[in-house]
Amino acid sequence: MLACVLLISNVSAAFVPMQEVTATSRHYVDRLFDPDPQKVLQGVIDMKNAVIGNNKQKANLIVLGAVPRLLYLLQQSSSSLELRTECAVVLGSLAMGTENNIKSLVDCHIIPALLQGLLCPDLIFIEACLRCLRTVFISPVTPVQLLYTDSTVIPHLMSLLSRSQRTQEYITQIFSHCCKTPEHQTVLFNHGAIQNIAPLLISPSYKVRMQALKCFSVLAYENTQVSMTLVNVLVDGELLSQVFVRMMQRDQPIEMQLTAAKCLTYMCRAGAIRTDDSCIVLKTLPCLVRMCSKEHLLEERVEGAETLAYLMEPDVELQRIASTTDHLVAMLADYFKYPSSVSAITDIKRVSQGVQTRSLPVCHLQLDHDLKHAHELRQAAFKLYASLGSNDEDIRKKITETENMMDRIVSGLSESSIKVRLAAVRCLHSLSRSVQQLRTSFHDHAVWKPLMKLLQNAPDEVLVMASSTLCNLLLEFSPSKEPILESGVIELLCSLTQSDSPALRVNGIWALMNMAFQADQKVKVEIVRCLGTEQLFRLLSDPDTNVLMKTLGLLRNLLSTRPHIDQIMSSHGKQIMQAVTLILEAEHNIEVKEQTLCILANIADGNSAKELIMTNDDMLQKIKYYMGHSNVKLQLAATFCISNLIWNEEDGSQERQDKLREMGFVDILHKLSQASDPNLSDRAKTAMQQYLA
Amino acid sequence: TEAKMAELGAGSLPLGDPAFNYQEHELNERLKRLYPAVNEDETPLPRSWSPKDKYSYIGLSQNNLRVHYKGHGKNHKDAASVRATHPIPAACGIYYFEVKIVSKGRDGYMGIGLSAQGVNMNRLPGWDKHSYGYHGDDGHSFCSSGTGQPYGPTFTTGDVIGCCVNLINNTCFYTKNGISLECDIFKLNYSVFNIYQPNLYPTVGLQTPGEIVDANFGQQPFVFDIEDYMSEWRAKIHGMIARFPIGERLGEWQAVLQNMVSSYLVHHGYCATATAFARATETMIQEDQTSIKNRQRIQKLVLAGRVGEAIEATQQLYPGLLEHNPNLLFMLKCRQFVEMVNGTDSEVRCLTIRSPKSQDSYPGSPNLSPRHGASNTHLHTGADSPTCSNGLTPPNKSKNHSVTGSSSVKYPSAPSSASSSTSSSPSSVNYSESNSSDSTKSQPHSANSTQETSDSEMEIEAEHYTNGVVEGSSARIVNGTYKHEEILQPDDNSIDEGCSNGKQLCGGNQAATERMIQFGRELQALNEQLCREYGKNATHKKMLQDAFSLLAYSDPWNCPVGQQLDPTQRESLCSALNSAILESQNLPKQPPLMLALGQATECVQLMARVRSGSCSFARVDNFLH
Repeated sequence: MLACVLLISNVSAAFVPMQEVTATSRHYVDRLFDPDPQKVLQGVIDMKNAVIGNNKQKANLIVLGAVPRLLYLLQQSSSSLELRTECAVVLGSLAMGTENNIKSLVDCHIIPALLQGLLCPDLIFIEACLRCLRTVFISPVTPVQLLYTDSTVIPHLMSLLSRSQRTQEYITQIFSHCCKTPEHQTVLFNHGAIQNIAPLLISPSYKVRMQALKCFSVLAYENTQVSMTLVNVLVDGELLSQVFVRMMQRDQPIEMQLTAAKCLTYMCRAGAIRTDDSCIVLKTLPCLVRMCSKEHLLEERVEGAETLAYLMEPDVELQRIASTTDHLVAMLADYFKYPSSVSAITDIKRVSQGVQTRSLPVCHLQLDHDLKHAHELRQAAFKLYASLGSNDEDIRKKITETENMMDRIVSGLSESSIKVRLAAVRCLHSLSRSVQQLRTSFHDHAVWKPLMKLLQNAPDEVLVMASSTLCNLLLEFSPSKEPILESGVIELLCSLTQSDSPALRVNGIWALMNMAFQADQKVKVEIVRCLGTEQLFRLLSDPDTNVLMKTLGLLRNLLSTRPHIDQIMSSHGKQIMQAVTLILEAEHNIEVKEQTLCILANIADGNSAKELIMTNDDMLQKIKYYMGHSNVKLQLAATFCISNLIWNEEDGSQERQDKLREMGFVDILHKLSQASDPNLSDRAKTAMQQYLA
Repeated sequence: TEAKMAELGAGSLPLGDPAFNYQEHELNERLKRLYPAVNEDETPLPRSWSPKDKYSYIGLSQNNLRVHYKGHGKNHKDAASVRATHPIPAACGIYYFEVKIVSKGRDGYMGIGLSAQGVNMNRLPGWDKHSYGYHGDDGHSFCSSGTGQPYGPTFTTGDVIGCCVNLINNTCFYTKNGISLECDIFKLNYSVFNIYQPNLYPTVGLQTPGEIVDANFGQQPFVFDIEDYMSEWRAKIHGMIARFPIGERLGEWQAVLQNMVSSYLVHHGYCATATAFARATETMIQEDQTSIKNRQRIQKLVLAGRVGEAIEATQQLYPGLLEHNPNLLFMLKCRQFVEMVNGTDSEVRCLTIRSPKSQDSYPGSPNLSPRHGASNTHLHTGADSPTCSNGLTPPNKSKNHSVTGSSSVKYPSAPSSASSSTSSSPSSVNYSESNSSDSTKSQPHSANSTQETSDSEMEIEAEHYTNGVVEGSSARIVNGTYKHEEILQPDDNSIDEGCSNGKQLCGGNQAATERMIQFGRELQALNEQLCREYGKNATHKKMLQDAFSLLAYSDPWNCPVGQQLDPTQRESLCSALNSAILESQNLPKQPPLMLALGQATECVQLMARVRSGSCSFARVDNFLH
């Protein structure tokens, strides 16, 4: 309701026509220019009384240029302290109005003026300035950076923390709203934010405690340095984590419980508190689960779910505990019981309002508000499901068995809000790690359809998640693989491999790799055709090792079963051999080389393709080299290659055997048959037998 | 208070094993902290499994806390359960116990939950009507049905399972290893206002050989943070009370509150304060100043132990009052006798110390023949034994109750009396609680006591309440100032408690002793006369006996009945006399503030009896600071 009221006033302020600027408003401004300072003071006081709660009046005064004059009076050292204080109070009042007001104030350089005012020794004046600064800084339209432009400001604010409960409240509130980046965290940290703010956690004033707590939550977020420092801080002889635990007690206000839980969550994620610490397992986690329950406000449920998702993301044990706590999985289903479309909400409103229809703009604003919350709730639930199901198969099963879960994900994938789509696809991705779910619920609900649609046109972050999910859907045991193939996915994936984002390139090529695994000749040809050899070789020199690995994987999958090998090698043999040579000669890690040798082994398995190796002495020397490599995996792969070349039952095996014997491979095989690694010696022995037969 | 209770509780248990005693002590402490509203005299808390209320396949050990299965365990027909010794009292508000799985035995078919008395013990909890259980083999919850609902994870050896009963909203949930499995909480078939529903007992059931579980009814700290859960509900209930809508009547309420404060001040005779308050709030005082001052003077006399003078002053200022209240007069005289022993009454003081008071201001035996006070007789009918007119609980009556000296509610032994007094007016519902032990604490002499004396202290304390209205903690503050005896009176020359602390009979003066003995005879005669007129009165007899017993000891201050000599004993009498005077002036005998307090206290107690669990978090003393 509050938000709604503010929004109404916003509307009215925006439409104030100039002619409505009344004479009285002008009179207030005129009085600020009176030569008699006493009259100016009285004028400011009257103005203060006139603007309280009157947004129209505030807008009028701003339009009439009251702000620069007030700022002038505030900054004049010749002004009486009383006058300067009253000016700050009026400015604070103006700031309480609409976002437009704030913009006007900021444009008039109110921030440096007020910051300058803080240097005055008078506490009442300082408090008035801080109050106004606070109101300006907590507005989303104020650039946060303005707090950090003058490097003396933060230390001065720190020093003012000891002055009074009001300065404490306002300053901590400013900090908690203006700490948005790691740089901000560092600036505040370096100026002793922790030591200065920690004692405020036991302030007698609830507001001070609350704002101090909020400061710690923004300071600790993804910040190891801060988090590591926090765990060792003592407040009145008590460890900070224990203070937070006390603030999470169930009889504390929800806002405080939630913020304290956030602090501990961030400290835990930053590695400062172990995930099996009882303050996480028995306090923070249950507290966050509680926040998800129906009895709390929508905002609290959203924040609770998001924080919980973040807390347990990396830890399967926490995921298991959360999944059994208070029936969380079922509780989250309630997050979807809010209307998702404008029409649904309007229907509800119409019913509930009956004849008393409110004015149109209000109705729309309220709708936006409700819709936003419905979106927020759904995306939070998806995030939490994603986190819950990221490791444990039982939990995934529990999630997919929740009422209408798959339907909800499917419709979430095509929602208007990007946030919801992203969260839904994250959830789908998390669940797609389950072989069982891929085989059952994913197929039953044809999740591939909306997923494919999502892939057509989406921002990168959605694409990454969606393509990653697609990779799993294209695994050979997935029943969705066939329909996806038929939907023309290859082109899409090939285009992904040309993306600037390494993550998208990986996913694109990965999906192609999965698709090529044990695929029909037709599919393989289509992949090669669509991707184009040029692109394929570009990917083989990709700076991202992951891309390279998956491309090699794709090649290996393409080059399986003899007819396929021969066919591809007959058309692309030259380029492939070239690429293999390049990779084997370049500096690459073991896995890359191993994968490349495996490709070579596959080529050696072909009928005609064999000759591409046999006629390439340089390549044979390379194989020889790797058979004598210090790494067993590479030795094994190279041996495989030779073994395929000398395999008896094939045409021309005798000649190949002879040639290789001449080149000294038999000796090497002999040596390898004595190798300590059983796989390697077995492989070498099998190869040797080809000569004996 | 708590420390004392625990001490007394422990004392009643077999001594010997210090570890066991320590555990018992911990248990008592914890139960008292968790369930402060429970009166264990009326509704004892479960502390162990019942060796009587179990199936034969169940074996108990380790002080009846460990349960093991000793049947064949072939199928569900071999299931066996055991209930705790007592049902869960509603006054708990929220009740919790835990069971640790020591061994899951062959199949781990274990059920933890609740059941009513009489439910078949050859079953696991949850299978039958009035029975609920969470089962380890499948993690299902059974609510009075043979088929369970998927509820939580399974549990096995090493797990700690908890069961929490919320008697405020009549729900129940389980915990596993300190994690709540709440939410899909099931409703107990158990309605708030239906006191005919059976009480539920903590219950555990086992079904296969080797299954062993240990119960924790509070012997050890719980794994689940139940106190945190309780704090949420306490905050909820306090919030409900704080936000109780009063609608348009805001101004009205203010006037009522002001009137309550004012009348309280007037009642206790704080003349100057009351006048100042009336001036500030622009309210009227019902009683005129002189009357207030008179009462104040009489009260001060009683509290200073100068009962003789108090009687005299009463007779002067309120002629006929004591004649109409023979019981009150008798009590005053008894007290006067005690004060003579103490050496504080003016009749002996004047013999021991120089006194401006002329002795003949007290002419021989006082008016011994009170006329029949017809207007007062109805007051006697309420109680089961005749009491003084203002409804003091006689000491012999409280003796019937509890040597444990529980701080909680004392109900009259005969229910009929309770109902009759309840029906007459809310204020006459008798006997109230916890403050008794508060006052015990604040008594200067309570330290010198053996177990026995501290018990008797409590009994006598129980008579501290007049007309069923709590002389609550707020009253204590008032009494606290009385006790210092520093109230200066115009006609008082140096009343010095120090002199009575010389601890000699009648101040050690021969003449005074003789006067006391003579007075004793007169008192005896008065009693006989009252017996003739009104019939035998056990209360009077006891009072007299107790008073005379003082003489049997060489050091009356340190004897089993020495408690009578404590100056705090004057307070109840003082307030009885004050009430009688006010009543005679057609003013309320109790200040409305105390009535409201008494009403609220009684209401909360009533809630406990009709099983409304919120009573445990709506305690009156939570709101008295």
